[in-house]
Amino acid sequence: MAGKGGSRQDDGDTRTIDRNALGIGIATGAYALSFGAISVASGLSVVQTQTLSLFMFTGASQFAFVGVIGAGGGAVIAIVTAMLLGARNSLYALSLGPVLSPSRKTVPLTALLTIDESTAMALSYNKSKKASRRAFFATGISVYVFWNIGTAFGSLGASALSDPGVLGLDAAIPAGFLALLWPRLNGGSKSENRKMWALAIASAAVAMVLIPFLRPGLPVLFSALVAVAASILWGETSRPIVED
Amino acid sequence: MWASILIASFGTYAEKLVGYMLPHHMLERESIRRMTGLLPVSLLAALVAVQTFAISQTLFIDARVLGLGVAVVALLLRAPFLVVIIAAAASTAIVRWLGWLP
Repeated sequence: MAGKGGSRQDDGDTRTIDRNALGIGIATGAYALSFGAISVASGLSVVQTQTLSLFMFTGASQFAFVGVIGAGGGAVIAIVTAMLLGARNSLYALSLGPVLSPSRKTVPLTALLTIDESTAMALSYNKSKKASRRAFFATGISVYVFWNIGTAFGSLGASALSDPGVLGLDAAIPAGFLALLWPRLNGGSKSENRKMWALAIASAAVAMVLIPFLRPGLPVLFSALVAVAASILWGETSRPIVED
Repeated sequence: MWASILIASFGTYAEKLVGYMLPHHMLERESIRRMTGLLPVSLLAALVAVQTFAISQTLFIDARVLGLGVAVVALLLRAPFLVVIIAAAASTAIVRWLGWLP
């Protein structure tokens, strides 16, 4: 999201998209180091850990899965939690379908790459379908590569990097999410921006209040209800996904 | 262990796939289109909050808060994405190294 807003806003520029995709990939890959380490510490083997990153490929679900296993929650709860967290990917796919229009051949890969980061980028670069597609695949592939490399290094180096806090990597993640959120809060008209700020603050508050009561990951899912409520409340406000 | 890993991986992948199988016209409904515009704002804002203040199910203020503050400043200065990330991580690491915040 380099320089979104102001004169540097350039949604269609392929190079800007690629650069941002690379940045997101590196940031997420750094976090994958800690996933790899935590997963091995939770009792999974290096190969099992890599299998999750290769095929599940949705960070929150992976963290939740190994978290439940590590805490002794058992296989069923681990699977259910991972799938509950992964449910948002269905909605992402649904909203991306008309933008990406995957064919029978491309849909398996498109589905695999459907995650928070690729979806947010595709929906952010909404000036044209071409830009959205570019943003989706550049981000999806970048994150996939770095996520898997990070997982491998993390699981192999296991205990050494089990605390991502040493390098401040745990702070890089919210900063990355904030950088993705920023243009949505400041990119529209004044009244629209005010609504987006209100929505963001309300959603963050709901998630924070729920943190002590719900399994990690669920507060974020519940915050989606704030968007549903806002959507009903602001019936006239429409933010089209793609205009072309 | 392998069985649960494969089931969970297949399940989460199927969730992604099913979204592309559902009829597109579900999105032509104004309410769904509107919601997909608002959803990322809610989810990203919640992720920022949770990733900054939560350790598992406990609310916790540590050096990540400072990192987020540095990120805000970087964003206000229209810094590129990578600079925002690195500034947040580096400031967090430095404050921890100095022992000012956990």
